[in-house]
Amino acid sequence: MKFWRTPLDVDKLKIPRGELHIIKERCKGCGFCVEYCPKGVLQLAAEFNSKGYHPPEAVKPEECVNCDLCEMLCPDFAIYCVRVEEGEKEVTQ
Amino acid sequence: MSVQTKQLEERVHPMEKLLRMDRIPHIWCPTCGLGTTITALAAAIDQMKLDYDNIAVVSGIGCTGRVAGYMKVDSFHTTHGRSIPFAVGLSIAKPKTKVIVFSGDGDLISIGGNHFIHTARRNMDITVICVNNFIYAMTGGQVAPTTPLTAKSATSPYGCYEHPFNLPLLAASSGASYVARWTALHIRRLTTALKEAISKKGFSFVEVIAPCSTLYARLNKLGSGLDLMKFYHDNSEIKHGADLKDVDIEFQSKITVGKFVDIEKPTYLECLNANNKRVFGDKYQPYGG
Repeated sequence: MKFWRTPLDVDKLKIPRGELHIIKERCKGCGFCVEYCPKGVLQLAAEFNSKGYHPPEAVKPEECVNCDLCEMLCPDFAIYCVRVEEGEKEVTQ
Repeated sequence: MSVQTKQLEERVHPMEKLLRMDRIPHIWCPTCGLGTTITALAAAIDQMKLDYDNIAVVSGIGCTGRVAGYMKVDSFHTTHGRSIPFAVGLSIAKPKTKVIVFSGDGDLISIGGNHFIHTARRNMDITVICVNNFIYAMTGGQVAPTTPLTAKSATSPYGCYEHPFNLPLLAASSGASYVARWTALHIRRLTTALKEAISKKGFSFVEVIAPCSTLYARLNKLGSGLDLMKFYHDNSEIKHGADLKDVDIEFQSKITVGKFVDIEKPTYLECLNANNKRVFGDKYQPYGG
């Protein structure tokens, strides 16, 4: 990660890590989460759910930083992420 | 796959405490912006740590009118255009309740237009969220009072030739204390605006521009709701305190968003109490619900 100035508490900062939960049967395949994930974690799956939509799937789940944008943008309450504390990386320049 | 299923059994979506889950999945089309707007409202209520027993959501008729049925707080689904009168009665009877009117442009501004301007004039202590999709969506895509010039709809196949309302200007000139406009894409700013609007004393108005994929986008050949979201991303201009005469929305033009009005002004009940105090003196017991 690049900083334009080094934060004073850089040694205490950790990059948050999120765990994605996708409720596939509730998804209507709008693609908002896929389009607006800042880390490009998601893509639409090739498989269908029972309503015939393509739900998202996590292709790079380890890159999720728990920003909650997919959870906020999802119109169908079908995706959310939970912060997991273990395995969070230190901030390095 | 098995791990994920196990986790789903243990955990539930964080918004479920504010939704009537027996009615989900909702009936709205894929890529509709209404679910996103509900998430913003639920997040605002959640972050403000409000008591769920002291919130009421009132809706009218239309796609947005179904919000009252999906929110797990006190809610009422009124007749067409009459969401504001119901909310006003509720707000007078129970002044400590946060009354939120969540309805569409056709319901609030067309059929309920007179209620809207007079409630803003009286500065009733309610929050009005108007989801503007530029069209009467549930009834088949007819011209709404917000349809931009030249936009096609079911009743204007050669383009709309009526001047649309400028909703922030209408609300502010009628006397609203808080006026903001965001799109369904500005989800965090919208959540902040809703928090400010709910905590504001007096008439607060938030316009939310939301994509309608099935009718507005299809009739105007604009692609899907996702394409409209991309359009909002590229063409929204944040201008806090902008001159409201300039925030008109033309067909596929720049959309000015931001917080336009945030003023302090006595509410209806404060004016009522002050006036009666002036006339009757100490004999008058102030009304506070």
